[in-house]
Amino acid sequence: MLPVLPVLVPLAAAVLSLAAWGRPRAQRAIGVAGTAGLLAAGLALLARVSAGGIQVVRLGGWPSPFGIAFVADLLSAILVTLAGVMGLAGAWASVAAVDGPRQANGHWPALLVLLAGVAGAFLTGDLFNLYVWFEVFLMASFVLLALGGTRPQLAGAIRYVVMNLLSSTLFLVAAGLLYGMAGTLDLAELSLRLRAHPSPALVSAVGMVLLAAWGIKAAIFPVFAWLPPSYAAPPAPVAALFSGLLTKVGFYAMLRVFTLVLAPAGAVPRGLILALAALTMVTGVLGAVAQGEIRRILAFHSVSQMGYLLLGLGLGTPLALAGAIAFLVHHSLVKSNLFLVSGAVERIAGTDRLDRLGGLWASRAGLGVVFLVTAFSLAGIPPLTGFWAKLALLRAGVEAGAWGMVAVAAGVGVLTLFSMTKIWSEAFWKAAPAAGPGEAAAAAPGETGPGLLLPAGALALLVVGLGLSAGPALALAERAAAGLADPSAYVRAVLGPGGAP
Amino acid sequence: MGPWIALVVGGLWAAGIFLLLRRSLVKAVLGLALLGYATNLLLVAAAGTARRAAPIVPPGADALPPGAADPVPQALVLTAIVIGLGVQAFVLVLLKRAHAETGSDDLDRLEGKDP
Repeated sequence: MLPVLPVLVPLAAAVLSLAAWGRPRAQRAIGVAGTAGLLAAGLALLARVSAGGIQVVRLGGWPSPFGIAFVADLLSAILVTLAGVMGLAGAWASVAAVDGPRQANGHWPALLVLLAGVAGAFLTGDLFNLYVWFEVFLMASFVLLALGGTRPQLAGAIRYVVMNLLSSTLFLVAAGLLYGMAGTLDLAELSLRLRAHPSPALVSAVGMVLLAAWGIKAAIFPVFAWLPPSYAAPPAPVAALFSGLLTKVGFYAMLRVFTLVLAPAGAVPRGLILALAALTMVTGVLGAVAQGEIRRILAFHSVSQMGYLLLGLGLGTPLALAGAIAFLVHHSLVKSNLFLVSGAVERIAGTDRLDRLGGLWASRAGLGVVFLVTAFSLAGIPPLTGFWAKLALLRAGVEAGAWGMVAVAAGVGVLTLFSMTKIWSEAFWKAAPAAGPGEAAAAAPGETGPGLLLPAGALALLVVGLGLSAGPALALAERAAAGLADPSAYVRAVLGPGGAP
Repeated sequence: MGPWIALVVGGLWAAGIFLLLRRSLVKAVLGLALLGYATNLLLVAAAGTARRAAPIVPPGADALPPGAADPVPQALVLTAIVIGLGVQAFVLVLLKRAHAETGSDDLDRLEGKDP
């Protein structure tokens, strides 16, 4: 029952929240309670999986290749817990920084459905069911993105919706083709059957369709253009939640299906993935250098950092996979925290354009500290999380002899530091520019309060805590990665002892 | 039958992508719909296109008769159609909002660029 709980809790909260339509205070309470419940369910699942191995729930009691199984291995449990942390931080920030009309018109139900969909995607053991969960959280994210209906939001939402629907269609095509080839959609059974498939080239071709589909979701080169406008438009808590979870689900799908299904069939094009990783890292970081607004800089860095995840997947060794998992968790925490800080800056100064900002260090030292800690972690300064995750990836690159990739990853790290320094010196350090005549009203400080600073500070503390306890955290990531590098335990847990390859 | 279906699916995909590449939002919506139909057709075709018996276990037996159709892809297509309906409804509402905002269905105008 435990593996289904992370889906049921937010879904039940979403239903309650719909029933409480018109009572914003009740919806807010349900939203915070639902996300806290998701975090609790995730932690319980993580403890159970860590102690007792892979947990499988067969819905409806159908035996495994025929029914739909929910499978919680260590990776799924870690990511569900991460979804709980992100959800709770997002709900906390929403209370503080999402305006009343948005909260009254569907923000909370959409947020909870989004989390249920994300948790379902992390836990399902069936390819078509994965598609369905993708659609569930996509629909919720469409609503969150467009809610409010301002012009930039609509423009961002249309790009986002069209690209993601194209991606979903590609995903469905691949699922149909795999069903036609193997006669099953259960991931464990697919893993066994495709190993025996007579034509690895055919399997590889379907893998390419999946790479295209999930590449769009994960915003990798060359299909990332939808991300910056759609992350720059919605309220900061929504942008934080999106950057923390949505592209990560796309990457999770790649990580899961490529290691479980395609790698045993010898159908993962490692060279191509590494090339995409390098191009994603470089184009993302160069795009960020050219931007002059905090949110757009952060959005382009989201693209760049996906390249590090692809680097781990492309190298494919247990250490590289562990590095990718650690990096995924690190980047979710850090990037959504930076979006929260950018939201706080916008509320204080009325804009996030760097040329109009300044002097925040003098007036808001607390915000400055939170930003510095998080930005240093993103750039990979020890002893914060980004350092350990990048170190694991670079070590894996050195071990694999991929010197070109190591050089690119290190160089991109320097440029990341440059971008963070730019935000720091422009927004926090330089003197505040004289307000133009039309801006005085917008720039009037006042309604800031502790609002966004509290959830952002909590996430920053988590980043510091995880960085300081890097030993146990990385050990957990390595155990999760071992389960990916050798999927036989996953297959056995789902199909029973008869399913041994 | 198989090659014809492949041609139809390919043709519908090509038409859908062509419509998506236009600047007009109405055409993009139509393109997305075409892609959805093409993909549903592909799912049905993935189970085989020959005419077969209904997948019903006859009374007294405990397995399907040989030559019965595969019900799984049909269940998948039903799910995909329902999801497609919901998504298209959302896209149409988005289109209506965008039109109310700009008086045009040109994406560039929404982004504040001159057409």
